Amino acid sequence: MRVKSLALAGAALVALTMGAFAQQAPVKIGIVTTLSTPGGYLGEDVRDGILLAIEEEGGKLGGVPVQPLIEDDKLKPGDAKQIVDKWIEAEKVKLFTGIIFSNVAVATVPTILENDGIYVSPNAGPSNFSGKACHKNYYVASWQNDNLHESAGALAKKLGYKKMVLLAPNYQAGKDALTGFKRMYGGEVIEEIYTSLDQTDFSAEMARIRAAKPDAVFQFHPGGTGIAFLKQWAQSGLKDQIPMVVAAPSLDQRIAAAVGDAALGIALTSHWNTDFKNPQSEAFVKGFMAKYNRVPTVYASQGYDTAKLIGAGLKATGGKLDENVFRAAMMKADVQLTRGPFKFNTNQHPIQDWYEMKAVKGADGKVTLQTLGKVLENHGDAYAKDCKI
Amino acid sequence: MQLLIEQLLNGLQLSLTLFLLAAGLTLVFGIMGVINLAHGSLYMLGAYAGASVAAKLGNPWMALPSALLASALVGIVMEYLIVRPLYARDHLAQVLATFGLILFFNGFIAWAVGRPPIMMDTPAALSGFIEILPGLPYPTYRLAVMGAGVCVALGLWYIIARTRLGMLIRAGSDKRDMVEALGVNIAVLFTLVFGLGALLAGLAGVMVAPIRSVQVGMGEQVLITTFVVIVVGGIGSIRGAFIGSLLIGMCDTLGRAYAPILLKLWLSGSIADGFGAALASIMIYLVMAIVLIVKPRGLFPVGG
Repeated sequence: MRVKSLALAGAALVALTMGAFAQQAPVKIGIVTTLSTPGGYLGEDVRDGILLAIEEEGGKLGGVPVQPLIEDDKLKPGDAKQIVDKWIEAEKVKLFTGIIFSNVAVATVPTILENDGIYVSPNAGPSNFSGKACHKNYYVASWQNDNLHESAGALAKKLGYKKMVLLAPNYQAGKDALTGFKRMYGGEVIEEIYTSLDQTDFSAEMARIRAAKPDAVFQFHPGGTGIAFLKQWAQSGLKDQIPMVVAAPSLDQRIAAAVGDAALGIALTSHWNTDFKNPQSEAFVKGFMAKYNRVPTVYASQGYDTAKLIGAGLKATGGKLDENVFRAAMMKADVQLTRGPFKFNTNQHPIQDWYEMKAVKGADGKVTLQTLGKVLENHGDAYAKDCKI
Repeated sequence: MQLLIEQLLNGLQLSLTLFLLAAGLTLVFGIMGVINLAHGSLYMLGAYAGASVAAKLGNPWMALPSALLASALVGIVMEYLIVRPLYARDHLAQVLATFGLILFFNGFIAWAVGRPPIMMDTPAALSGFIEILPGLPYPTYRLAVMGAGVCVALGLWYIIARTRLGMLIRAGSDKRDMVEALGVNIAVLFTLVFGLGALLAGLAGVMVAPIRSVQVGMGEQVLITTFVVIVVGGIGSIRGAFIGSLLIGMCDTLGRAYAPILLKLWLSGSIADGFGAALASIMIYLVMAIVLIVKPRGLFPVGG
């Protein structure tokens, strides 16, 4: 990655010296994201979504030339903070994005804001920064973390499940997931089962589910653990007896491709899907497949939308990054996103629609996600009322 | 009752997988005095070799021989090139070198296969479930894994207790100098034992591949539990590894299954769920601590 950013920097320098009188210096965008570890595909897709948006405009966003700097945080908060420190010092970067995981964001975002930087999140939306500790230079383009699970809770309610078993890993995001789910679900929770974060065999938990006989199960196991969970769920025979509801991170297009038929029939919620019918989304899917030769995940759409929103802000500034001008334009969010209608809430987190989806067999025989309808409309988050900007 | 039977089966299956790993690790440590942190990497290599060959040929049965071959070969080469010069060195050098191997293998797999977890299909004949009791289906594949685990454990017992090789292994783990003085080519014996350990690790890896997700770093997760097993069982003892695996596997499974249920007798629902999960995750370390207090050298210490 360093080579790539160096090459980009080199190319930008050459362009600068050749036409210095005609061209303004590009705005540097620091993209610190997770590219390694099993969670690395999330960062890859966010990065590729952002780069696609920049490429489509010929190296610009909102008509302003931009220069992306990209580095891997290896899912380590300390590494991310170091990268950001270095960019602030050596590169004078003011505009940042890219962080995937909440624990990395919580450690890194304060450094950016204390140095008068601007941060636009393409993924993580931890509750730490969405209530009292919200900030005028901190925007979330994806969702507040709870939204993912609130929408799943709303879906479970809509599908009429009266009593459920909920599972999540025993750490902060896992507990938040169950809190978010319960906020909108309202039915009876027979059991909350906490797994451990690196668990790979869920046979004991599945036996407990079998014994509890719930109407349906909600589980939050992103990445590799989720793949193991879905495979074992199918092998145990429970898949045919007990329906499952999940939030977007537990079943994205990559996970569906990895587990195949084991995903069939699972109900999920998301704010975007490859089959959305708006022109922006269709163009994005086509462009992404042409450039990278793979199906974009929801993370790729978030990267792309984040770049578009940044573009809307930059357009107003004309390339001179004034935070107030940028903010006024950002908050209007006057731009077409792949997910359709979008507004910023008072805490600068999204107000948007959430959709019901289902894993089905596509025309090519592969498992794909199909959008069925809306579950939540103009949905904000529970923390906005505590935010005073 | 049904729940208990199902959980006992789950525990047995985990125990047998742990045993395959612990047997190799404890032999290598007991006989050669080498702490091999890269044992988990051999497990990962077995899983990756099996899963990629099965995907390439479209035949999951081919996963087994390819995983065994790959892990045994890598194990033997590893012993010859890297572990052999370490026999005379202290444990710190061994830990550093084999830790380096973990980083190397993880990096290698990430480069060669990629970071996202990969998937391996179960053979069609084993993909369903069998109703072992009325109303209690159990995955056929897990039953097969258990069967294979029992066979390997018996085979291992036969080799160690009834063959000349086993005699040398037992002698080597008890009185290494004496075996050497009697003219046994100890270098070849070490390579064989290391290769056997690698083979068992690879077997464990390929057997769990269709159940768990095959991903970089899967070896380290299981290695920690394996070390707990051999510490509980007594380092160097195959019998100890077997009993230790059973104890730890059952404790872990039954803890996860029943700790929250039992706690609900005293605590309210949500708190019991959270506290029970926390208790279940430290259960095996509690057992290890208790065993070490009562028998500081493990349940079946070797070498008196």
